[in-house]
Amino acid sequence: MDFTEVRDWFALLKPRVMTLVVFTGMIGLLVAPGHIHPVIAFTAVLCIAVAAGACGAINMWYDRDIDAVMRRTRNRPIPAGRIEAGGALGFGITLAIGAVIVMEVAVNLAAAAVLALSICFYVFVYTMWLKRRTPQNIVIGGAAGAFPPVIGWAAVTGSVDLIPLILFAIVFIWTPPHFWSLALWANDDYRRAGVPMLPVVAGAKETRKQIVLYSLLLVPLTLVPWYLGFSGPIYGISALALGLGFLACVVRVALDKQDATGVSLTNDAPARAAFKYSILYLFVLFAALAVDRLIG
Amino acid sequence: MPELPPRPTETEADELRRRRKPLNLAVIWVLLALAGLFYAITIVKMMKP
Repeated sequence: MDFTEVRDWFALLKPRVMTLVVFTGMIGLLVAPGHIHPVIAFTAVLCIAVAAGACGAINMWYDRDIDAVMRRTRNRPIPAGRIEAGGALGFGITLAIGAVIVMEVAVNLAAAAVLALSICFYVFVYTMWLKRRTPQNIVIGGAAGAFPPVIGWAAVTGSVDLIPLILFAIVFIWTPPHFWSLALWANDDYRRAGVPMLPVVAGAKETRKQIVLYSLLLVPLTLVPWYLGFSGPIYGISALALGLGFLACVVRVALDKQDATGVSLTNDAPARAAFKYSILYLFVLFAALAVDRLIG
Repeated sequence: MPELPPRPTETEADELRRRRKPLNLAVIWVLLALAGLFYAITIVKMMKP
């Protein structure tokens, strides 16, 4: 049997992005005080996953013109002509509405409201407004990806308080160095597509500086749950060690061999390494928080 | 009146059906899974004091 069409519809959901979103959502759910029935917890995580996928599909519909000119994205189902743009939009809207309704009916109103807010933020604020207009696109737009731990927390408690907002802030501040590491080596793609990513607008040198600045903000911020007594030494020591690793990576990005304009002479090897490490960093950091809360 | 596209031949219709089959099967499985999930949610909600 030929599963190409099924694979293409699934690809619209950006499954790799979904993984991180689902994971941080699950951590929000695990570390929140209180009890939630496993079936309801599963439903909440499923709604977060489906909503993230819906955002991916709507984003692919809206960005189909720039996806077609970027090497990294030109083989996506819409620019490659394997799925019609209108079909992808309908798919995305249906999934988004369905996820919010199921979250409200099965879980609670607070989680559904934050889920709806995150979808609207990603689609209208990031994709349609900021992405093509300002180099601050992923700074402000990063908020969309920071909502899942808040949604997970709200699913258990029915409310939002300080700790989920700190988790939100951690993902929010982590997003710029993560994305700009990618943007450094995908710079030509973004320039060709006319997307004003920071390296395109301000140059590689300024981007390296900003990556270091955001990382310097990130590391102390990750220690706040420990400082507030929400977590113990398992998380605290892990956050510190991971943070030092993150700083080592971004310092290598800043010190990369470069020409007078800041363009890498090493094919951006340190930026590629920093991008990979940043994904691992967030996974392990949040896992450490969950382990600390569950066994600490 | 707009001109209708030509009717597919028997072979083309067979090919279309063959290509559509995996997607149709996937949709059936998703719908069955959703029905199961909604059933489980209902039971959990009914158990609540």
